[in-house]
Amino acid sequence: MSGAGEDYEELLRAWVGRELVARRPGQDPVNVPMIRHWVEAMEDPNPVYLDEDAAKATGRDGVVAPASMIQAWTMRGYAATVHPSAERSGFDELVALLAEGGYTSVVATDSELEFERELVPGDHVSVEEHVESISAEKQTGLGAGRFVSTVKTYRDASGEVVATQRWRTLRYRPAEKPAPDKPKALRPRPAINPDNAFWFEAAREHRLVVQRCADCKSLRHPPGPCCPQCGSFAWDTVESSGRGHVYTFTVNHHPRHPAFDYPLVVAVIELAEGTRLIANMAGVEPADVAVGMPVVLDWIDPDPDLSLPVFRPAAHEER
Amino acid sequence: MSRVYDEVAVGDELPELAIPLTRTMIVATALASRDYQDVHHDPALARERGSKDVFMNILTTNGLVDRYVTSWAGPAARVKAIRIRLGAPNHPGDTMVLTGTVSAKHDDGRRVEIAVRGVNAIGPHVTGTAVVELPGGAA
Repeated sequence: MSGAGEDYEELLRAWVGRELVARRPGQDPVNVPMIRHWVEAMEDPNPVYLDEDAAKATGRDGVVAPASMIQAWTMRGYAATVHPSAERSGFDELVALLAEGGYTSVVATDSELEFERELVPGDHVSVEEHVESISAEKQTGLGAGRFVSTVKTYRDASGEVVATQRWRTLRYRPAEKPAPDKPKALRPRPAINPDNAFWFEAAREHRLVVQRCADCKSLRHPPGPCCPQCGSFAWDTVESSGRGHVYTFTVNHHPRHPAFDYPLVVAVIELAEGTRLIANMAGVEPADVAVGMPVVLDWIDPDPDLSLPVFRPAAHEER
Repeated sequence: MSRVYDEVAVGDELPELAIPLTRTMIVATALASRDYQDVHHDPALARERGSKDVFMNILTTNGLVDRYVTSWAGPAARVKAIRIRLGAPNHPGDTMVLTGTVSAKHDDGRRVEIAVRGVNAIGPHVTGTAVVELPGGAA
């Protein structure tokens, strides 16, 4: 259903002025224990909320509730929050109508409290809520939406208004997810230095190379300047066959980096040449990866300037 | 010790107040206002709903603006209005710094308007106006 149709506009207009929530008393009258709880949590040092003498010294008859506490006196409480009533209020109906128009998300933007008088212990506050206005569709940073203004009227037990609260929320259609052609986050850059640059340069050409000692001919990975077997600094490379098996692996769920898809299999691959390297697995569900699984080399080019080896399970004839 | 109406001038600045936003404080204030919405106390559910962590509820923002202006105005002041616009959420580990300036005086009812702003590391969390009624006479 479109949010732009004339009929839809008419349905929304019909809500203006209507009661959303009928007058409903708070669970408890204004009381000192709840005031104390509030004042302590807010770290509010004003003595007129708890100290009878200090309140009288300011010309009041006794302690008063903090003005900003007005809304707290009519909150539904824990039980109604975790087990909401199945009964639909006008509020639920309006939310459903807005959702039909695609306005499924909500953010509160303004609260305007006006106080007629201070509340004192024993006052029993009720609240009712009416729709004041529903705006035309506006473009906002969050997406296209409508501002819904309501007014909550707080009354004492005799029906006198003690405070009003204009409450504005934006009901919006969440902005589209980033378009697929939008550049994806880049992978963390490898730390390239004179000792390992050859390996990444070969990877750019989709060649998996292994460093070899020019003297004792032993292979080594990761790259380093010096042969751990004989100490020689002379080296060359051989190109790997790209065949190997999973030596060990882990499945990364958390923490997440935006460049990767999760769950992410991070494996140590033992190449047929005997050296091991760390790489991601591709073309396999994490649950199907097993130690010893024969794998073959593939390549990914996740970013314009980065090519990396990945391994996928070897088909029988590739083993 | 309360401020009196005649001794306040438009342009007067309130002392800055930095409020550390601890996780305990965000949860304690939500519960003190009887707000049990999960986004104010359950980090996993807050993240599931698209937030980076739990965040302060609006009743608390009103409560802190109330505290800020009455701490300056003194115990004899009566709060007549708190009108706020909400912005960047207050998450645990951040600090909100409140500043305020007297923006208008209305002799009728000895009302003083204070422009209030509360800024955290992301940006303005709250901007708005509080109105207090101050006692007349000399200090």
